[in-house]
Amino acid sequence: MKGFWRDAVEFFPILLNGVALTIIVTVGSLLLSTVLGLVWAMMRVSGIKVLSMLSASLINVIRGIPIIVLLFYLYFVMPDLGVTLSALQAAILGLGIAYSAYQAENFRAGIEAIDKGQIEAAQSIGMGWWLTMRRVVLPQAVRIVLPPYGNVMIMMLKDSSQASTITVAELALQGKLIASSTFKNTSVFTLVALMYLTMSIPLILLVRHFEKRAGKR
Amino acid sequence: MIELNDVHKSFGKVEVLKGITASVQKGEVVCIIGPSGSGKSTILRCINGLESYDRGEISVEGLKVDRDAPSIVNIRTRVSMVFQRFNLFPHRTALENVIEGPLYVKKEPRAQALERGRALLAQVGLAEKADAHPPQLSGGQQQRVAIARALAMQPKAILFDEPTSALDPELVGDVLGVMRKLADDGMTMVVVTHEMGFARDVADRVLFIDGGVIVEQGPAKALLNQPQHPRTQDFLRRVLHPL
Repeated sequence: MKGFWRDAVEFFPILLNGVALTIIVTVGSLLLSTVLGLVWAMMRVSGIKVLSMLSASLINVIRGIPIIVLLFYLYFVMPDLGVTLSALQAAILGLGIAYSAYQAENFRAGIEAIDKGQIEAAQSIGMGWWLTMRRVVLPQAVRIVLPPYGNVMIMMLKDSSQASTITVAELALQGKLIASSTFKNTSVFTLVALMYLTMSIPLILLVRHFEKRAGKR
Repeated sequence: MIELNDVHKSFGKVEVLKGITASVQKGEVVCIIGPSGSGKSTILRCINGLESYDRGEISVEGLKVDRDAPSIVNIRTRVSMVFQRFNLFPHRTALENVIEGPLYVKKEPRAQALERGRALLAQVGLAEKADAHPPQLSGGQQQRVAIARALAMQPKAILFDEPTSALDPELVGDVLGVMRKLADDGMTMVVVTHEMGFARDVADRVLFIDGGVIVEQGPAKALLNQPQHPRTQDFLRRVLHPL
């Protein structure tokens, strides 16, 4: 135990560099997946056949490819096609795209859970599709969508570790590097696990808060 | 003002409207009665384009109703609708519900919309409930807010789709009272209802619909007191003397 504390004091600062990258990757891909997910979901419920079919097939393609393969593709294959991305860019893009499919399905479920009468009421006062979405459907869908959205945030935080496979030195890779040069596997990976857990706890509390609020209605 | 000419409508293989021809004059109150599933609500929903129709033509002030054309917005801002289940926006207060249309569809200045919204809530007897959210209001209060929301669009006519059917009996009177005042003020109204008393006292004309056709129509009192068609007689007997 004493050894662990000594190691912790020594490795913690190095691992913090990893934490910074973990947070950047998580926040970046969260934002990207939210925007893309909203776009896919809107296409899906637009009532325009071409758009909704396009979105449905996109979602299925994305869902059918493992995140790690998507990352390899962006980082190792895209340069062959003339598009060179930094490891960090590829990680955010890959995770963002991968998660956009889940976000889209979550958003769609929230939108479709809104009572049809709400949409009819909006139409009956002359609102068009976009105004109905913006003023009536989305504000109500948010309450439904937030708890699962919080869960996605937690999953993304953990899945950001997959960026290590394309050389992004986030927390997991940073840990692996230290471990393989010091052989202090136990100390290092315990510390890494604790640091992920520490970052998850606020998110877990946030989800609980969302759930309580959604349950009030 | 509202014209329906040989309107047909099917849901899949079931034909719910089999050639409806009717008209509503400006300032007229027309009640539509009939057994459930007869197509009453569908007629209303076709008039403001919530449903499409297959054949025939509906027009409002000479403007053809086509739910897929951009002009449908002009129809809907002219013909408001009040729903059986109120359909108020639960995330907004009573006042915000009322000013939503004027503010975002008609782009009225906020101050003006607010002032009119307050006046309309007062008109339906809910001035002090302006800041309440719909779930905090009784059914009758919600329906009166919904009527204020419909009025806020300054419509030429209002369609009422069984406005009291979802209410506890003791709350029906408040809503009917508001509707009666509207009728007295000369509002053009088409009301699908099971309230025969309201139809008799307030409506100018009554249409009896059964099986997707207008079986009988005429001045309210005459039709309700001396129905001519056997199906009308039978329906009224069941409604007025259920036991």
